[in-house]
Amino acid sequence: MLHNLFIAELAERLSKRQISSTELTRHFLDRIERLNPALNAFITLTAEGALQDAAAADLKLGKGERGPLLGIPLIHKDIFCTDGVRTSCGSRMLDNFVAPYDATVVTRLKAAGTVMLGKSNMDEFAMGSSNETSFYGPVRNPWDTSMVPGGSSGGSAAATAARFAPFATGTDTGGSIRQPAALTGVTGFKPTYGRVSRYGMIAFASSLDQAGVFARSAADAAAVLQVMAGFDPKDSTSVDVPVPDYPAALEAPLQGLKIGLLREFFEGLEARNASLIQDTLKVYRSLGAETVEVSLPSLPLSVPTYYVVAPAECSSNLSRFDGVRFGHRCQNPVDLMDLYKRSRGEGFGAEVKRRIMTGTYVLSAGYFDAYYLKAQKVRRLITDDFRAAFAKVDLVIGPTTPTPAFAIGAKVDDPVTMYLNDIYTIGANLAGLPGVSVPCGFVDELPVGLQLVGPHFAEAKLLNAAHQFQQATEWHKQAPGGYE
Amino acid sequence: MILTRQDVEKIAHLARLSITEQEMPVYVTSLSSIVNFVDELSRAQTGDVLPMAHPLDGQHQRVRADVVTESDHHDKYQTNAPAVTAGLYVVPRVIE
Repeated sequence: MLHNLFIAELAERLSKRQISSTELTRHFLDRIERLNPALNAFITLTAEGALQDAAAADLKLGKGERGPLLGIPLIHKDIFCTDGVRTSCGSRMLDNFVAPYDATVVTRLKAAGTVMLGKSNMDEFAMGSSNETSFYGPVRNPWDTSMVPGGSSGGSAAATAARFAPFATGTDTGGSIRQPAALTGVTGFKPTYGRVSRYGMIAFASSLDQAGVFARSAADAAAVLQVMAGFDPKDSTSVDVPVPDYPAALEAPLQGLKIGLLREFFEGLEARNASLIQDTLKVYRSLGAETVEVSLPSLPLSVPTYYVVAPAECSSNLSRFDGVRFGHRCQNPVDLMDLYKRSRGEGFGAEVKRRIMTGTYVLSAGYFDAYYLKAQKVRRLITDDFRAAFAKVDLVIGPTTPTPAFAIGAKVDDPVTMYLNDIYTIGANLAGLPGVSVPCGFVDELPVGLQLVGPHFAEAKLLNAAHQFQQATEWHKQAPGGYE
Repeated sequence: MILTRQDVEKIAHLARLSITEQEMPVYVTSLSSIVNFVDELSRAQTGDVLPMAHPLDGQHQRVRADVVTESDHHDKYQTNAPAVTAGLYVVPRVIE
């Protein structure tokens, strides 16, 4: 079936004119119409625009133009501004916001000839690990609809797993690509901080946010990242470092690759999950890689560090939502203070307000040194740990999450328990490192993710290592029941 | 509780958030548990470690040529505004 083909296979059929982009787009739109009601993976469907995009791609294909993503459908996380299309960020605050311009990620993927099917559901302002904080209701996991898909990019993850599109965009501030990728059994790639432009991506924590991709294979992720990555003068933290040829790096042999097993990631990990990760090491050794144990002693402090740094940045970033220039405004404000407070109080959901207040507290007079400054110092300790590890090994490896998907509603009442879902992913964000989660097996019929993290700008090596694993295994080809 | 109701009211005011009577006890409890959790950081030996604000070392603020690169789109941008008159954002009276 078309929806099980990988991007390169689809591109080949498109280029040989065996199928048209319009047929492909209709195929995915039909699937979405039929199967999405059970998952709630979308906030906005753009079927009409998709068919226009597809017609434009078909015209180009007819004229002999070719490209790895030309005519390929995609889904954008609803955090990326899309000109003329509602961009809600999963919030009541932006329920009526029609973006007046495209994010650079959107511009680049448009220029590559992709077809946008819609905007995916997400945790409100990307704050969540279960996709339960969305104003538009929770997303359900296609492997078991009583389970969460992870978050914050839960809609993009569920949609990719359900084969609603060959790929989807996401953002990862503390694990929001890798964690939902693990919980839904897809490949999720988070690039180095600054590798992909943040322009037009609604800000949560600006020193941590990074755009990336969900796909069904590392090879597909490589094709997409090739288009997304690159310098953008519109993003002040975009890095001006050349983009290597990611697809060309996929086939390099892993002979001599040194992989570091993260000791701290196995402390307290359930035996069945740990054994799946151990199995992946056997695969890597059979491919010629060498595995050694490495330790990141400060890593256990990554979650408390993150829950100071990220809320602090969020409280500043979200001050722009004031009920004046865009977004929700309360009825009949008596004065300006009332307008600010009620517009924000009504427009933001419970978790967003919690994070804004946490951030306001840690930045307030008398607490700044004890919390914010302290967290920034610990952030450096964690980063130094990674640097020391990468002096010995090429990549580090471990589980993406402590457990497979959990039940919807199971953790909503206890924010700290929810925050601990990101215990294995947050370190890479604090240090700005690239990481990838790939499916590596099942526990209780739910997918489990293997995480690889590399030094800054090691995207090609990570994609290479993930691809070689997928050449040797079949986990990434498994589809949830009913979505085959 | 580490934080009192008065603490949370003060934080909510600083953050310009209205909090309902129903929400208040929930925030007192959950914000206290978060503060308790992040207090773990106090155990870390950070001595003379420099605070890290940005994940990539050696980056500096780029400057660009002082030329106009943006055109005026205020009409388009203001289509998202809750209240606009004559190209101006309308808010409750600020100056008596």
